[in-house]
Amino acid sequence: MIHQYKNNGYNIVLDVNSGSVHVVDEIVYDIIPLFQDNTVETIKDMLSDKYSAENIEEACGEIQALKDDGVLFTDDIYETCIEQFTEQKAKDNIVKAMCLHIAHDCNLACKYCFAEEGEYHGRRALMSAEVGKKALDFLVANSGMRRNLEVDFFGGEPLMNFDVVKEIVRYGRELEKTNDKKFRFTMTTNGVLLNDEILDFVNKECGNLVLSVDGRKEIHDKMRPFRNGTGSYDLIMPKFQKAAESRNQTDYYVRGTFTRNNLDFSKDVLDLADKGFKQISMEPVVADESEDYALRMEDLPEIYDEYDKLAVEMIKREREGRGFNFFHFMIDLTGGPCVYKRLSGCGCGTEYLAVTPWGDLYPCHQFVGHEEFIMGNVWEGIKSPDIRKGFNYSNVYTKDKCRDCFCKFYCSGGCAANAYNFNGDINEPYDIACRLQQKRVECAIMIKCALAE
Amino acid sequence: MKHIKTITTKNLKETAKNGGCGECQTSCQSACKTSCTVGNQSCENK
Repeated sequence: MIHQYKNNGYNIVLDVNSGSVHVVDEIVYDIIPLFQDNTVETIKDMLSDKYSAENIEEACGEIQALKDDGVLFTDDIYETCIEQFTEQKAKDNIVKAMCLHIAHDCNLACKYCFAEEGEYHGRRALMSAEVGKKALDFLVANSGMRRNLEVDFFGGEPLMNFDVVKEIVRYGRELEKTNDKKFRFTMTTNGVLLNDEILDFVNKECGNLVLSVDGRKEIHDKMRPFRNGTGSYDLIMPKFQKAAESRNQTDYYVRGTFTRNNLDFSKDVLDLADKGFKQISMEPVVADESEDYALRMEDLPEIYDEYDKLAVEMIKREREGRGFNFFHFMIDLTGGPCVYKRLSGCGCGTEYLAVTPWGDLYPCHQFVGHEEFIMGNVWEGIKSPDIRKGFNYSNVYTKDKCRDCFCKFYCSGGCAANAYNFNGDINEPYDIACRLQQKRVECAIMIKCALAE
Repeated sequence: MKHIKTITTKNLKETAKNGGCGECQTSCQSACKTSCTVGNQSCENK
């Protein structure tokens, strides 16, 4: 399977099944769609009005050489592998990551919040230390031979329950010693309660810090106000800048959300870069189409254009020695995850679970509140194995839309929660997200091609 | 080559032989939370 496209003056050919990337000239770009189904002689006839026979023959020779080397027109051999892998996963039932909903409460009232201002379709609640510790016990007991375990402090706003976070981390460090495990903690915060004491703790204990900010002040304040309607930007921005510097500009993300209100979101990304941030993520909002800020199909051309603009500017800044990372353009073409990870996805409902303040287990944070997805609890473990099974047997090959998509090894079939929320089926990906993911992968590969010059 | 510049020759097939250890980061633990991006993650088993 081949995906070929033009972007920023580059003719790019992605050999999907091997992951190889080639930049080609016009003649090769025109021959590639014809190459598999035609002889060189036929191709000469078909393109005789554009290129000389000699040039076509030479180009075909190069294409054939790459094909012989196994880096062009390679076959998809992974479906059987993933079936075996899935069967093994079903036997092992490993859990290696948890999202702890430390607080179903928030001190902001962000308009697009999928947690509904922290409450997740339910009542306000804070997780107790007891539930948090039980969650870590569950994780250790179900992690098999996995050494690296991940725990994300999420909400609502987790800093509204910081004492419990500290207690859970202390407990986790004890468990590490007795069980030969390594916890990697991530803190996600809106910054309202962030102070020096908390920052010191987070820098010591959390391998990753996610700071929620939407970019330009006016954009941020419109969507991320306090409950009284005033904006939160002026309070959080200086703290975030300090936090990023205190972590030497690594192992954190400023993470924003763009909506229909700021389809010119490249300006928000660049505004964050201009404020000194080096690790930036800006996610498309996920919202019901009845919301006025939700992204629509008709917005896609404008959004594509923004990603293109951002990519070009990032190349320029990188060449000038003032580059930054944009989460969605990060791509590791030479390393990166193995094909099993690429095909089986984020692990939600299998190796990744979310825990509510009450100790209920859900497939992930985005399913919390949909009670039909309660999988069990931290005291009794998994009580609905069928839910887990449904997620375990969901992969790129169980999704019709993914089979023929060039993006399948980069998005791993998309977000199951989005698929469920928009289409009622975890195996039916959400179209807008797919289109955006495809565009981002194209841009990410183009950036690599440009910087390889 | 005159017409083609190869940027990378990653071979996913190779990772099918040795992959699947599961030690890598869970994608939503990084910075997405509302999408699924695995292509940018690191392998822990190099």
